[in-house]
Amino acid sequence: MTTAYVALASSTLGQAASTLFGVVEAVGGFIAILLIVFFVAGRATGRLQRPIAIVVCLGPALFLVLLGLVIPAITTINNSLKNQQFLGELNTKYIGLKNYTYAFTDPYTQQTIIRTVLWLLIVPALAVFVGLLVALLVDRMRYASIPKTMVFLPTAISFVGASVIWSYVYNYKAPSLPQTGLLSEVVMKLGWSNPPNWLITVPLNTFLEMVIMVWIQAGFAMVILGAALKGIPDEIIESARLDGASGIKLFRTVQIPMIRTTLVVVVTTVMITTLKVFDIVFTINNGNFDTDVLARQMYADMFVTNQVSRGSALAVILFLAVTPLVYYNIRTLRREREIR
Amino acid sequence: MKRNARFATAAVGVAALATVAGCSSGSSTTPSASAVPTLTGNCAQYQAYAGHSGSTVTMFGSILSPESDSLNKSWADFQSCTGITIQYTGSNTFESDLPVKVNGGNAPNLAIIPQPGLLAQMVATGTVKKPPAGTVANEANWNAAWKGYGSVNGTFYAAPMSANMKTMVWYSPKYFAANGYTVPTTWADLMALSAKMASKMTGTAKPWCAGLGSGTATGWPGTDWLEEVVLGTFGGQVYDDWISHKVKFSDPQIQTAMQTVAGWLQNPAWVNGGIGNVQTIATTTFQDAGLPILKDQCGMLQQASFYEAQWPKGTTVSATGDVFAFKLPAVNPSITNPVEGGGEFVTAFADDPATQAVQNYLSSPQWADSRIKVAPGWVSANEKVDQSLYTDPIDQLSAEYLADPTATFRFDASDAMPAAVGSGAEWKAMVDWFGSGKSIKDVAAEIDAAWPAS
Repeated sequence: MTTAYVALASSTLGQAASTLFGVVEAVGGFIAILLIVFFVAGRATGRLQRPIAIVVCLGPALFLVLLGLVIPAITTINNSLKNQQFLGELNTKYIGLKNYTYAFTDPYTQQTIIRTVLWLLIVPALAVFVGLLVALLVDRMRYASIPKTMVFLPTAISFVGASVIWSYVYNYKAPSLPQTGLLSEVVMKLGWSNPPNWLITVPLNTFLEMVIMVWIQAGFAMVILGAALKGIPDEIIESARLDGASGIKLFRTVQIPMIRTTLVVVVTTVMITTLKVFDIVFTINNGNFDTDVLARQMYADMFVTNQVSRGSALAVILFLAVTPLVYYNIRTLRREREIR
Repeated sequence: MKRNARFATAAVGVAALATVAGCSSGSSTTPSASAVPTLTGNCAQYQAYAGHSGSTVTMFGSILSPESDSLNKSWADFQSCTGITIQYTGSNTFESDLPVKVNGGNAPNLAIIPQPGLLAQMVATGTVKKPPAGTVANEANWNAAWKGYGSVNGTFYAAPMSANMKTMVWYSPKYFAANGYTVPTTWADLMALSAKMASKMTGTAKPWCAGLGSGTATGWPGTDWLEEVVLGTFGGQVYDDWISHKVKFSDPQIQTAMQTVAGWLQNPAWVNGGIGNVQTIATTTFQDAGLPILKDQCGMLQQASFYEAQWPKGTTVSATGDVFAFKLPAVNPSITNPVEGGGEFVTAFADDPATQAVQNYLSSPQWADSRIKVAPGWVSANEKVDQSLYTDPIDQLSAEYLADPTATFRFDASDAMPAAVGSGAEWKAMVDWFGSGKSIKDVAAEIDAAWPAS
């Protein structure tokens, strides 16, 4: 028996060694190729110099973009037009836009899309509102760093970690048993003797899941918006005060317009994150009890039930939905740069 | 001259590299055919598999450590005698990894597939190899139903490996004895016992406890309850037709079965012992569901043999101990011994002699005996296995029914249905049914609608 163990151990060691060898080989090869390319490019002179420089500088980036973005996108779009039920090529044929018609006519998927839109509208608004509020309130406070850290800390927690934490908060136990969920315990202490089973009560559960997202994103919004608020020159605030603006009026007519660009960037960034929300819904309820969103349904179609084409169609829809936001985001940033 | 010498060194280097690559690469490499050596002493029993020394066979499955360690131990002697190395890799996302590997041209030599539905998908890719004659011959050792689940469209592809029994009810023998309850042997007795318990229990204690939660697979325990009732009420034929969708979920027979399940596990007076109301079944994990039994808060739990691993350390599992199990009786007494179970199938993506030798060995009772000796918690449905080797009472109980040639054995239906239903819509529907109180008619319609059009 011992010999067998030794054999097993040595074979594992052998595997590890060969994997390591493979990695070293690949990385070494890559560097060697680069060195050769740069060497050749450095030697080139005359008419060829410029085209070669362009190819050498742009080539690797283009190659990676093709490999990591363009080709997968084309494959996904191509897949979304087939009838593929699983990763096998037999009996696969093109069925046109049927997967898209399905996505927009199937009642379950329709609900998923509506729910994703709700996420998109509510979460960025709330996250920015909370972030802005905290940023304003603590702006000139004495120990501002303490509340700021408290609000910012959740940003450092992974979505899955945050979801697990909150699933304990929302935990349900029959009222006669000792409570383990913080929310149930608190509302029961406040006199609500029979609280609902939070995570399966529709539509409350969706909003409770949004709270987690807001909890994570508010810190991000606070930091960026806080910095923007600080960036407003003191003279402007002072002269506004001399003109009689204070409190809400100052905020509405001076501070908000001054940080408008930052506000737009924060809102669109949170929107993009929200549109892709997967981890929270996946961890809390796995999309059950009417909480499903696009990204989770896409994952389930692709990898759980192997309906690759339907999943691909959802992926394309998600991609198309994110694109205008990304475009708007970039345009705003560009414009700001031009002003400066 | 100098130049030539340098060239020679380089050539040697390349050759050495090639050798290293050859030894470490995953695919089986069979050395040039030579006379089959004669194995002697303890190794003589492996003579049938000899002649492929130095080959490596890669194997991929969902079994993880410590269970995979037991597997490695079970074939250690085979490896040292035959010289074939079995390189096992386990993954907890096996079901999604395997299609990716196969599609990417990186298939393992052997895969241990736990779902006949996934096996059918793999066969559809055209990469699965037919088993060798030795494996086909060993197939006679299994209940005929098993061969069917290892076949696709009537062609036999994969031999079963381990088996587990799902048709079990966990209970506390101590609690039963203290209250004068006896283990029921018919469905009518079981229902009478539940009613009797319910009338005597107080507070959150109820006769049954249950849980559907299981991460991404949430809902599967519900499919088991329905499957057991379908099999125990209507027998094997209806069950098979149900898997192939000849009998739909909206069929009156399946609707009747769903009503039986609702009367049993959605009865507010009977569930959810020690946890809460009927709805809590949807949010309780299947792992936690049975624990109230230990606190006399729950009378019984319907769960498979592998639930044994969930009991906390120090729990005695025996006919007189803290917990034990009995076979769930058939709803309809005229169905003889309905047994629902699960298991794994050894599927080959290569047909070289070394892979086939391993395939033959794994389908033999000899290997099953070797695996049973390593550690408890593992049962084979192979009828030739030495039953006296089982040391664990639950293993003994499962083996008794799984290797019983007269049993009406059927595989977990949801594992045999297309993934869109068996690991998608049906799981979701079960959660809706228990959690949101959806009507039986709507639940059935939801599942039927998800059946993939071929």
